[in-house]
Amino acid sequence: MDKLGENSGRVIVITSGKGGVGKTTTTANLGMALANLGEKVALVDADIGLRNLDLALGLENRIVFNIVDVVEGTTEVRKALIKDKRNQNLALLPAAQTRDKSAVSPQQMKVVVSQILDEGYTFVLIDCPAGIEQGFKNATAGANEAIVVINPEMASVRDADRIIGLLEAQELRNPYLIVNRLRPKMVKSQDMLSVEDVQEVLGASVKLIGIVPDDEAIITSTNRGEPVSMSDTSSAGQEYRAIARRLRGESVAFPTFEEKDSFMTRLRKIFGGN
Amino acid sequence: MLSLFERLLGKNNHSAKAVAKDRLRAVILLDRADIPGPILEQIRKEIFLVLSRHIDIDESALNVDLEKEGDTVALVANIPIRRVKAETDGHPPTSAW
Repeated sequence: MDKLGENSGRVIVITSGKGGVGKTTTTANLGMALANLGEKVALVDADIGLRNLDLALGLENRIVFNIVDVVEGTTEVRKALIKDKRNQNLALLPAAQTRDKSAVSPQQMKVVVSQILDEGYTFVLIDCPAGIEQGFKNATAGANEAIVVINPEMASVRDADRIIGLLEAQELRNPYLIVNRLRPKMVKSQDMLSVEDVQEVLGASVKLIGIVPDDEAIITSTNRGEPVSMSDTSSAGQEYRAIARRLRGESVAFPTFEEKDSFMTRLRKIFGGN
Repeated sequence: MLSLFERLLGKNNHSAKAVAKDRLRAVILLDRADIPGPILEQIRKEIFLVLSRHIDIDESALNVDLEKEGDTVALVANIPIRRVKAETDGHPPTSAW
C-alpha cells in the first residue's frame, strides 16, 4: 500500500461522481455512527472552495484552521481538527472556503492523511467533491478503501459506473456501494430502480453495504446540524448506524422495507415469479 | 398466454423501472466501450496502413466506428476495396511504417 504511516487506521473516501446524491450527509452520519461505536474518527472535507461538511455536523462556527493551512504548514493537523463536543471521538478537518482545488495536491493529501493517522485515529472518512477532476484525485489519493454513494436514478448510476472505473485505476478496487434515497413504495410499484437493478447494472465489482431510505428526517437534522444517525426514530438514521457496523465487519441484515405482503405478492411467490 | 400470466403477476416490461434499467444498461455499455476520438482516428490510420500493404483502399472512405448490437458493443470497420494488389515473387508487398 502507499500509506505513509505505520498505522492500521482505515482511510475511506466517500464518492459518487454526480453531485447532490448525499456524499456529505453520508460522511457526517457514518462518522457520527462510527464514533458512537467507540471508533476514533476524523472526517476530512476534500471539497476545497465549497465547504459543506461543517454544516452537516453543525460545526461551522468553530472553524479556525482548515486543510490548506495544514498543507501550507500554518498549523499542525492536531490543531486544525475540530473535536465534536457531542462525541470527543469525532473530529473534522474542514475544507478551505476561499481557496480552490489546486491549493492541495494528491501527494499533500497523502501526507495530511498520514498525519491524521499518526494522531491515533482508527477511521478517516474523506468527503469527495463531485466530478472527476482534481478534487476527485485529491480525495482518493490518501484513501485505501472507497464507498460509492448512488441514488436509484439513471444519471447517478451512470456516473457511479464511471467513478468505479476511475477508482480501479487508483487501485481502489471493489468499492462499497450505498444506495441512498431509496423509495420502497416506488420500487414496489415498478416506478423506481431497485437495489437489485442497480447492482445488476454496475456488476459484481461493487459490494453493497447500505440501503438508505429517503427520509424527511435528513432535511430537519441537517437544518439543525445534527447527523440523523443520532436519531433513534429515523429509518435513515437507523440504517446509517447499521452501515457503520457493517463497515467494522459485523453482519447486520439489510432493511427490507416490507409492509405486509399484498395478495399479488403472495400469488407471485406461490408461482415462483419475481 | 405467458405474457398474460406475466401481466397478471405484475411483471411489466414497460414500467418506468424496467425502461430505466434497459436504458441504463445500454448507455453504460456504450460508456464503458467509449474510445476517445483521437485514438479511434489512430486506429483508423493503422488499419489503413496494414491493409494497404495488400489491398488498394480508398483511405477517405475507410470508416471505423463503435456500434451497439444487443448486449455488446463492436468496433466496426467499413473498408471499401478498390482492388487487391498483385503479389510479387511470393512475398507480400511491404510498405514503410
